[in-house]
Amino acid sequence: MAHDHAHDHPPHLAHHFDTPQQQFESGKLGMWLFLATEILLFGGLFCAYAVYRYMYPEVFDYAHQYLDKVMGGINTVVLICSSFTMAWAVRCAQTENRKGLILGLALTLLGGAGFMGIKYVEYAHKIHDGLLPGTYYDPGGHDPESLKSAREAKLKAAAAAVATEAAAPQKTADGKPIEQSTIAAAPRGPKGLRKGDGIHTETPEKADEHAAAGHVQPHGERPEGVWWFFGIYFLMTGLHGFHVLAGMGVIGWLLYRSIKGHFNKDYFAPVDLGGLYWHLVDLIWIYLFPLLYLIG
Amino acid sequence: MMRFTDMLGVFAQGGPKTLWLPEQASEGAYNVDNAFYFVYWVSVFFFILITVLLVWFAIKYRKPKGSQPESTVTHNTTLEVSWSVIPTILVVIMFLWGFSGFMDLANPPENCYTIQTTGQKWKWLFTYPNGHVDTELHVPADTDVKLLITSEDVLHSVFIPAFRVKNDAVPGRFTHVWFNAIKPGTYDFFCTEYCGTDHSRMITKCVVHPKDEFETWLENADPIKRMTDEQFAEYEKDPVEFIKKNPDFKGLLPPAAMGGALYDKFGCKSCHLLTDEKLIGPGFKGVYGGARKFTDGSTLDKADENYLRESILVPQAKIVEGYDGSMPSFQGRLTDRHIYCIIEFLKGLK
Amino acid sequence: MADATMTNPSAASTPPAGEMNYLTCARGWKSWFLTLDHKRIGIMYLIATMSSFGLAGLFALLVRTELLTPKDTIVDADMYNQFFTLHGAIMVFLFIIPSIPAALGNFVLPIMLGAKDVAFPKLNLFSFYLWMFGGIFAVVTLATGGLDTGWTFYTPYSIETQTAVIAMTTGAFILGFSSIFTGLNFIVTIHKLRPPGMTWFKMPLFLWAIYATAILQVIATPVLGITLLLLIAERALGVGIFAASMGGDPVMFQHFFWFYSHPAVYIMILPALGIVSELIACYSHKPIFGYRFIAWSSIAIALFSFIVWGHHMFTSGQSELVNMVFSALTFSVSIPSAIKVFNWLATMYKGAITLQTPMLYGLGFIFLFTIGGLTGLPLAMLSVDVHLHDTYFVVAHFHYVMMGSTVIAMVGGMHHWWPKMFGKMYNETAARIAFVLVFIGFNVTFFTQFIIGSQGMPRRYYDYEPQFQLGHQISTMGSYVMGLGFLLMLGYLLHSLVRGKKAPANPWGGSTLEWVASSPPSHHNFDEAPQVDDPYDFTGIDYKPDTDEYVFNRPRAAKA
Repeated sequence: MAHDHAHDHPPHLAHHFDTPQQQFESGKLGMWLFLATEILLFGGLFCAYAVYRYMYPEVFDYAHQYLDKVMGGINTVVLICSSFTMAWAVRCAQTENRKGLILGLALTLLGGAGFMGIKYVEYAHKIHDGLLPGTYYDPGGHDPESLKSAREAKLKAAAAAVATEAAAPQKTADGKPIEQSTIAAAPRGPKGLRKGDGIHTETPEKADEHAAAGHVQPHGERPEGVWWFFGIYFLMTGLHGFHVLAGMGVIGWLLYRSIKGHFNKDYFAPVDLGGLYWHLVDLIWIYLFPLLYLIG
Repeated sequence: MMRFTDMLGVFAQGGPKTLWLPEQASEGAYNVDNAFYFVYWVSVFFFILITVLLVWFAIKYRKPKGSQPESTVTHNTTLEVSWSVIPTILVVIMFLWGFSGFMDLANPPENCYTIQTTGQKWKWLFTYPNGHVDTELHVPADTDVKLLITSEDVLHSVFIPAFRVKNDAVPGRFTHVWFNAIKPGTYDFFCTEYCGTDHSRMITKCVVHPKDEFETWLENADPIKRMTDEQFAEYEKDPVEFIKKNPDFKGLLPPAAMGGALYDKFGCKSCHLLTDEKLIGPGFKGVYGGARKFTDGSTLDKADENYLRESILVPQAKIVEGYDGSMPSFQGRLTDRHIYCIIEFLKGLK
Repeated sequence: MADATMTNPSAASTPPAGEMNYLTCARGWKSWFLTLDHKRIGIMYLIATMSSFGLAGLFALLVRTELLTPKDTIVDADMYNQFFTLHGAIMVFLFIIPSIPAALGNFVLPIMLGAKDVAFPKLNLFSFYLWMFGGIFAVVTLATGGLDTGWTFYTPYSIETQTAVIAMTTGAFILGFSSIFTGLNFIVTIHKLRPPGMTWFKMPLFLWAIYATAILQVIATPVLGITLLLLIAERALGVGIFAASMGGDPVMFQHFFWFYSHPAVYIMILPALGIVSELIACYSHKPIFGYRFIAWSSIAIALFSFIVWGHHMFTSGQSELVNMVFSALTFSVSIPSAIKVFNWLATMYKGAITLQTPMLYGLGFIFLFTIGGLTGLPLAMLSVDVHLHDTYFVVAHFHYVMMGSTVIAMVGGMHHWWPKMFGKMYNETAARIAFVLVFIGFNVTFFTQFIIGSQGMPRRYYDYEPQFQLGHQISTMGSYVMGLGFLLMLGYLLHSLVRGKKAPANPWGGSTLEWVASSPPSHHNFDEAPQVDDPYDFTGIDYKPDTDEYVFNRPRAAKA
């Protein structure tokens, strides 16, 4: 500790950087790398999407009709606008326009909140209709009796396995245990969702009732495997929604610091980096929207 | 006693067990082993070269602290090019050799004798063309045999070291291995994909029969089928006593237990639970002696032996209300003796 | 916030050089747990990862003990399955992946580079806490039913088992992010914080290796993250993507998993290769042979590693074409690895070799890495792999690479930099004995496994056929010898902290920048900005026999 660097450093320059330029560039490179990891994170889901869409195009054709294009479209517009206000906020930070910065950030935050609000409405609708991933998929929907999922069937099968042991003679004549599997058979998909299985096929009366209640009436026969679509839908939009929430947290923090007056024309890196992150979140939605809502 | 040439891996087809590899008991093993020994000797050469240089340099150039190195050369193009190019050539040879060998292993010849192989926690079931289901693999020698492999639950993997074959059993998919066994005998058959508690006990034997004896084995493989009528009558009367008296009926159990094993082996369990609940077909609990109502409106007060037998052999004759009659017929796969055992098993489910 | 731990009360009074260092500049638990100093964070990582190594090693010894006899020896099959799973999962996620980059890398990287710290010290501390948080999940896994899927979490077994898969995958997910942030930090540090004069080709090879590793950490780990997330969704929601019972494809999980986990193998080995380059050059006191090639081969290996994942799946039922492509690509990775070995040998040729403990580990590494690398060849060869896949041959192969190479290099590096980290010398005789025990124990343990493996002994077996018993027993004996060696190591290293001789700045005659700094370094690493030279120029470093140290007899410290 021969040197005390603090006295000749600008206040926001960390001790291990030599110049503000170096600090700013480091931050930028770091953020870009982080964005790359985020894209790869979503990349895995896009891969899963691609593989399943390639293998089961009919599932995607059928199931996407349940998604509300209008809501999705509004959300897209909201996010694009919020990206614009974010960019504007960054510009204001650079020009030391504090009012513009605060307004831009506040509008961006509002956009994020609006997006999540609409998402909530969409999710609530899906959950109400039983359009859920995997074993929870149950479009018949409303009476608890029909919510028997494969999971329950599995539990029953496990109970049955115990029954097998109880019921079957356990030993051979010379006392050796008999050769018999106690493992239950794996159920083949959510109960009642196989093609030709009568349980959940909507009766005409029920369908009318549904239509009257404003529910979506998809065209075509329900193919096997619709639960994959909703699995992928919820995973992709869920992970994206989580990122929107994280982005809103970041923007809230930037807003707080802007109100406190932390930023000036020499120090606006956090706003710039937060903006990059928000644009990424926006960009991912730009891909998600057509891939999920506008296919077929 | 191992000969020197055996140690080198230079032997004719059907070579013996060496330090590194088990006995060759199939045609394909020969090619795999040659490839292995090629890599092996290349590796031994480089290993000795590197180790000798390593030890030699460490001794020869060991100097007291503070000494200066004799040379500070940092490049030598000839050397660097040669130690890049020579290994490259060697690995290209290895790749081509391995790939061509793999194509032989992966593509079975036409007209293989095909045995359906199913992995389940934690045993193997082999279904022969005549419908016999066994937990041990029996194959004829000098015949192209193909195992068509799948799994009922999680991943398993077929591995017969003596034949140098392996492939995963994947649920919802068929994979295969093929081989031509050249030496009658008994060989290890392992599961090599981790599958839970008894993974290590999911092992069985592969018995290679001389070609002309295999059919005889297959005909007599099922103890129930093998019995004469008199023997069967005796077995029906007092199974425990019969099994005690006739230890050569391998795998024979009392009828109800035998039925339970059949329930398992013939895949009944994928549609029928042992409770009274529906899976795809009706649950088996209380099926014997229970009342039945059919899709054509008729009813049956008490399901008896005749009804059950008909349901197994001609499932579509009477379809119980609420079911779609998607059950396949077991005509030709199960004999009346088998059905007797199954019904005894069902009687126990109350 | 950043300044809280930076300032220390006595800084102003300029204490005599060598007395005030990063260990003594601040006291109290807060000065450690809230530190932003890369050296302290490195030390915390070292303690944390080595503790994980101890825990996972204990599981390994339990596994080996169980395998002394077929059937039950000490535990039942379910318990055994948990033992080998936890051994693997803890070793991989909590120890090997973070050990060299996060522990040694954190400590050494900025000093070697001549920087004052990593680019993002707060992120660095955050990574450490993510590691701790992930570690807590591993402990939760132990406490709530364990884990029996194998560290690979293959579906559909991992969907069906009753053990705590979600806890462990969540832990691995969090550990993944710890790894990503460490990698990100190192990339930015190397790009942006190189001092004047430190050009790319003046960087020590360890830094090249860490850089290549960091690229892998940043690019590959997110895919692991999403894979584990999908697995969690599969278990919690039954999404059906990997579950055959829902019509999904269990093999797709393997593609997802190995797309990360194969590069992860190189996350483990690349920094080890870097350490060995440092060790061989330093103890041969001779410039490294083929510097540029070693540097580029690190990057080449890193890039190749992304396109070879399919070689874990030659027998999974994937198509012959796919197998062919992956086999060819796999062979291509072997060339740069082989050339590195020849380069090290050429570095030793006509050198001035001293055989201190770190050099013994360096030589041991070359021996073991050669075996590990050569036994990879039959596994890359399609037809032979069909026989060897999922047998003990594979187990032995990857232990020669993971343990025989990575752990040996890690331990060698730890001995190399120990005086720098703590300013204390360990007992050289004890260290050599420990090396011999570990080296012999290791070879006895794992060489035997090549033999039983190629004879057909499948891996992950609790029970086995009698013909394999002798091999298993020899292997177990070897593992005890190795365990003894590590215990001895723990003993003399701890002893050195208390009673060790004070370490000079340059005890080995190293020429890279960390040997310019005092032992231990000051809080800011260098009191004066060091002058950057060729990292492997050993001229002008004189040995002083009376104090057993080397001193720079040339201008290594430029005026500030």
